[in-house]
Amino acid sequence: MNNDTVLCLNNLSKRFGTIVANESVSIDLKRGEILSLLGENGAGKTTLMNMLFGHYMPDSGSIQVANVQGELAPLTLGHPQAALNAGIGMVHQHFTLAENLSAIDNILLGSESLFAWRRSMGAAREKINSIMLRTGLNAPLDTIVGQLSVGERQRVEILKALYRDARILVLDEPTAVLTPQEADTLFANIEVMTKDGLSVIFISHKLREVLAFSHRIAVLRHGKKVGEIATKEADEKIISRLMVGADTPSTPKEVLDVGAPVLQLIDLCAPGTSARSSLVRANLTVCASEIVGIAGISGNGQSTLAKVISGLTRPTSGRLEIDSEPVLTYTPASLLNAGVGRIPEDRHHDGVIGAMSVSENLAIERLDSSDIQKNGFLRKKKLKLNAQKLTQKYDIRGPGIESETRLLSGGNIQKLILARVFEASPKVILANQPTRGLDMGAVSEVGKRLLQARKRGAGILLISEDLDELMALADRIIIMHDGELHTAPSHDRAQIGLIMAGEIS
Amino acid sequence: MIRIEPREAPSRLLTIGIPVLSAMLALLLAAIPLTFAGANIGEAYQQMAKGIFGSMFAFTEMLTRATPLIFTGLAATLAFRAKLWNIGAEGQLYLGAMAAVAVSTGWISGPPILLIPMILIAGALAGALGMAGPAYLKTRFGADEVVTTLLLNFIILIFIQMMLEGPLKDPMGMGWPQSSPVVDNALLPQILPRMRLHYGLVIALVAAVIAHIMLSKTVWGLKLRAVGENAAAALHAGIGVKRTLMSAALISGAIAGLAGVSEVAGLRGYLTTDLSPGYGYTGIVVAMLAGLSPLGVIVAALFIASVFVGADSMSRAMGVSSYLADLVVAMALICVLVGGFMARFTIKITPSNNTLPTNDTGVA
Repeated sequence: MNNDTVLCLNNLSKRFGTIVANESVSIDLKRGEILSLLGENGAGKTTLMNMLFGHYMPDSGSIQVANVQGELAPLTLGHPQAALNAGIGMVHQHFTLAENLSAIDNILLGSESLFAWRRSMGAAREKINSIMLRTGLNAPLDTIVGQLSVGERQRVEILKALYRDARILVLDEPTAVLTPQEADTLFANIEVMTKDGLSVIFISHKLREVLAFSHRIAVLRHGKKVGEIATKEADEKIISRLMVGADTPSTPKEVLDVGAPVLQLIDLCAPGTSARSSLVRANLTVCASEIVGIAGISGNGQSTLAKVISGLTRPTSGRLEIDSEPVLTYTPASLLNAGVGRIPEDRHHDGVIGAMSVSENLAIERLDSSDIQKNGFLRKKKLKLNAQKLTQKYDIRGPGIESETRLLSGGNIQKLILARVFEASPKVILANQPTRGLDMGAVSEVGKRLLQARKRGAGILLISEDLDELMALADRIIIMHDGELHTAPSHDRAQIGLIMAGEIS
Repeated sequence: MIRIEPREAPSRLLTIGIPVLSAMLALLLAAIPLTFAGANIGEAYQQMAKGIFGSMFAFTEMLTRATPLIFTGLAATLAFRAKLWNIGAEGQLYLGAMAAVAVSTGWISGPPILLIPMILIAGALAGALGMAGPAYLKTRFGADEVVTTLLLNFIILIFIQMMLEGPLKDPMGMGWPQSSPVVDNALLPQILPRMRLHYGLVIALVAAVIAHIMLSKTVWGLKLRAVGENAAAALHAGIGVKRTLMSAALISGAIAGLAGVSEVAGLRGYLTTDLSPGYGYTGIVVAMLAGLSPLGVIVAALFIASVFVGADSMSRAMGVSSYLADLVVAMALICVLVGGFMARFTIKITPSNNTLPTNDTGVA
């Protein structure tokens, strides 16, 4: 038995209905090691870690964790408390903090006895301070979490785990919400912690940071572990081939002459959910045959921008012009009629009606058209023909056109939305995070369709958190920070990162 | 370790079979309280069946009882499909009945062909009006329609009481709080001689068929379903969510109003405040039993009417409490709700071990 091993996952399997999320995955982790768990979205990374942390019960398999003496002992499955007691700490992609409590209260939450007479904050504060000093993870302890920045919240999450004496720390896509600079600081902190003997599992699908910073890489694909490699022997090509199963062909982008403006925001102000996400005198032009990319950390006004162009939010001042015609009424229907196609950010919530059939969802944006109805009655035959044509053309796979849309996979739901949007030949296309959560095949399909629409002469506004995607597709990149739009000087990653963080403007 | 997993797609057999089985199960479970009441079980069920199918009169009585339940069941179904929780069918029923009485107690005369459509329209409008307020408050201010429609029931009932003590009071009624009788030409005719069954049933059945067609075959129905299933996506797709909700609310109220017209002009002939023994609330149960399907409402209403009529006859013959009927209806509802859950999910029982058996294929 190797005393260095702190964690063994043995043949873990998990199914959800007919979907196999994990199939017989075995991974081990050594003391002081940073293991990257790499895979596309939907490859089963998060499911695996949720089984480790007791959120999910595996269908089969077992987990062993080293105790304080370093001996491996089986972990009780399906109980987060057991995982916590065994020294496993998890930082979820979506933070689990109480926003109305201070940072220190969040760190202590759940670790104190309900029946204690008084809180011994002094000792706790001392312990947290010493952790902060040792690791360099600094957070203002007495500030309400709701007022902290995303990076600070993440540090509070990590401190929460370390305060509970975590020996194994799981970070689920920690950099998804961070600027490149914040991410670098995080990695430096983690490096210090591993010197202390902490082991880290680090989930990501960004090749660059994985290569820069982990010791070992395990790759998941379709729920199975398809490879494991020491980072120093790996390069981007090897790993992406493992992740995708083949080299990814990059879609070549044609050089096109840009046409007349089709979408214009002129001094437009619109309220968002917070001051940060409100649009302040935004000016933006998208021309025909052009893809304009919007970069930025989420919550800086991208969704407000998308809502205005979708007709869901009415601007307080300023103008929106579609094809040089000012928009007068802000409803989704009026913008649809003006020629805007919308790919919503949350495709399950805003894009489709899961309990209705594929053919109904394909038609739902043009219910008034005479193809769909006659005197208020649905033309079921036309609906069916339309659905048959589109499912074939856009390769939408599922149990059938009359079955419920919720039974389709995320990629196929997105293809359904693409079919609905592109078939209407819109002049303007708003694509909000169109590839989030999709597998590689569907991602390249989305890119291909966007480039086709660009060639046809549509103006496309592409909002994405994935810089690589923007670099590949967009003709111009605009960065949002605090509700303001900044034009990126070039496709330069470091420059863009600094503007995203608000360091320069 | 008990695990609950969703089924891919509930089969048609399950979606129809489960309510039927649940209804049967509820009837069987009624044996337990019957035993406690000291009744002979076999005889009790026999009396119950006799009360429903024993004679032509018994059978038509059951149909008469089912008529208002079809209306209120439809009212609940249409509203609930849009996720608009109209709990106010009881009040809307009384508004419909009052409107029918108001136009048909003497000051207008004409042939039935004129008067009957008139009271139907008046009742439907009054019912719709009863739902217009809550629907406006919901779409404009987001007021919870469960609260507004429910509380409005009590307001409406007291308002009716006031009207029956005042302007609508029958001068020939010897002081009873009841309205003047509906004129003969406005009464819904009987279907069979010497039976109480009236043409309200036919109107209810037609309404159910129309509701079915509207829900499944029209653009309006598609919009209604879209709003009910996912209002955010419906809004994003350009559907007028508020307008759709408003129309669903008004139609739901109108149908509930028709229940009142049918009761007052088909059965009673005059309005009192005991016109409905809670048909508006029972309509919710009917709609749930029917799985919110308009055609299913017919079957569910027949079942519940059978239970009520059968339990009445059983309690008379056996000397057990007629509240047993309420118990059976309540149990049927619980059985259907549990059954609906079973149709959508399967329950798997696996041995509870800390280390599970290793399964290399990963497919159990």
